Amino acid sequence: MSTLTPATSQSTPRSPVTGPNATGTRRGFGKSGRGKSRMDPTRNNTAAGIAAWLLALLFATPVLWMILTSFHSETDAATNPPSIAANLTLDAYKEFFGASSGVSPWPPLINSATASILSTVLVLVLAIPAAYALSIRPVKKWTDVMFFFLSTKMMPVVAAILPLYLFAKSTGALDNIWFLVLMYTSMNLPIAVWMMRSFLAEVPVEMLEAAEIDGAGLLLILRTIIAPVAMPGIAATALICFIFSWNELLLARVLTGVIAGTAPVFLTGFVSSQGLFLAKVCAAAVVISLPVLFAGFAAQDKLVQGLSLGAVK
Amino acid sequence: MTTETARLPRSGHSAPKPSKTARSRERALAWARRAPLLPALIFLIIVTQLPFVVTLVISFLNWNSLRPDQTGFAGLENYLQVLTNADLRQAIFTTILLTVSVVLASLVIGLGLALLLDKKFIGRGLARTLLIAPFLVVPVAAALIWKHALLNPTYGLINGALTWIWSLFGSDTPPQPDLLSQAPLAAVIVSLVWQWTPFMMLILLAGLQSRPMDTVEAAQMDGATSWAIFRHLTLPHLRQYLELGGLLGAIYIVQNFDAVFTLTSGGLGTANLPYAIYQTFYFANEYGLASAAGVVVVIGTIIVATFALRTVFSLFKKEAAR
Repeated sequence: MSTLTPATSQSTPRSPVTGPNATGTRRGFGKSGRGKSRMDPTRNNTAAGIAAWLLALLFATPVLWMILTSFHSETDAATNPPSIAANLTLDAYKEFFGASSGVSPWPPLINSATASILSTVLVLVLAIPAAYALSIRPVKKWTDVMFFFLSTKMMPVVAAILPLYLFAKSTGALDNIWFLVLMYTSMNLPIAVWMMRSFLAEVPVEMLEAAEIDGAGLLLILRTIIAPVAMPGIAATALICFIFSWNELLLARVLTGVIAGTAPVFLTGFVSSQGLFLAKVCAAAVVISLPVLFAGFAAQDKLVQGLSLGAVK
Repeated sequence: MTTETARLPRSGHSAPKPSKTARSRERALAWARRAPLLPALIFLIIVTQLPFVVTLVISFLNWNSLRPDQTGFAGLENYLQVLTNADLRQAIFTTILLTVSVVLASLVIGLGLALLLDKKFIGRGLARTLLIAPFLVVPVAAALIWKHALLNPTYGLINGALTWIWSLFGSDTPPQPDLLSQAPLAAVIVSLVWQWTPFMMLILLAGLQSRPMDTVEAAQMDGATSWAIFRHLTLPHLRQYLELGGLLGAIYIVQNFDAVFTLTSGGLGTANLPYAIYQTFYFANEYGLASAAGVVVVIGTIIVATFALRTVFSLFKKEAAR
């Protein structure tokens, strides 16, 4: 019994135990560890479960409330006490898509998608080779280079935004989505380099060496040895960069205007001072958050590794 | 012993030892290694370092774009003004207060949630997903929801729920606080803690799950209490994860703009430095002053970052050494 358990726990720290599935399998792994949980006997887990569920619901309430309100009419949305069981309607969504105002949210949504997707592609094009040169075929002093990348991320955007704004203004790049693409690329590049390095570091070096001795070319090695390990990492990196770009407000607010304004900028100007608008705001928040929610849940298993810049597995 | 030292660096991912012959070939090889790195490096230097140098230069200038004729060298005047101007000094305090309280609160709550999620219970995966949701709402949208759907004094969910709970006990005079005007900074803090707790929880949960279980089990067999195990085994193990979460969180929250901009528009003492700088150059057109404030933020960040780098580095070295 006790001989099995250490073996299981030995292997666990290295496996990415972030997703619910991964955790589940891990817990069921050692038969000996099943009956007795880690810190407390099983009887305490019911209490922990109830507490966890209550807190989870508390934390999710604003999100659930946002979704529910977006399906309410404006009058039902603004009641005290709240009308939870009010009739559901799609009016708020119709309003968001410009039913009565005629203002379409599509241009800012398309701008956001353009800026996020193009900058993510650009980030990957720059970060993957860089990560390769920092992990698989590392340059000398590669740790110094890593920390240079990280230090640029620590510099607040506000410390560089004025020159960027003045540059854009004088070159006519103001309110141009391509300038924003470049800004988002630089914003996410350090994160992507760190993430990609941590994923590429998992490529088995022995296999690489063996393949080289066998005379395999670079492309073959890339395709057969590196790609299978790196693909999930590339996907997670892309999703996280997409989220950060999609969420960004300060740069978009300063560097864009009516033409290239992104969805977050559109959202800030969405609240009217007159009349009821709560359901419409909720609908707008839901629509604009949907891509992030999808991307986030898709990247869930690698989210920790990404957010901690690869420091935590 | 010689074979040992010769083999070590290879498996440790570092550059192979230079051979004695063919210097130029070696140099070419080194450049071939560097080549994939250069585009990213050059791009980043141009887009982030160059603007900062310009900011540094502007910070010593007396430059307001509305009064271009008065532009000139100002020396340290802008810096003096950053430290003496009541609004900007207030912004420095607000930034520190905001960052420290959000980071500490979300770390403590995140730790509690991580400890709960580390146990096995029914529907744990779903509970975890629900807990991550706040982090996956666009920050501007989250701030709008907090402002209008939750904290609004007349029809927000919080006061609505208070009315409902009080009515259960037959009272029709429920408390109806107005956090946004009575304690606007607290409103910003609450909404940010809500958004950042999942981040801390995820990092701490990963830390908990990487604990070596054999020592915990040995302690359990020796009859150690849960508290003793937590205090002497779990917490020391989590230390670097707590530091990592705290410092990464601090880097992001120091730069927060969305919540302050949306919830309070920087009113009533909630303007932090990013917001104050935005206003100084975007509306007041005080380019020199805004730049000096920007440099002050960078200096503050460098102080925090030195600690952050050390923490990240300790985890990183461990990872790189394997």
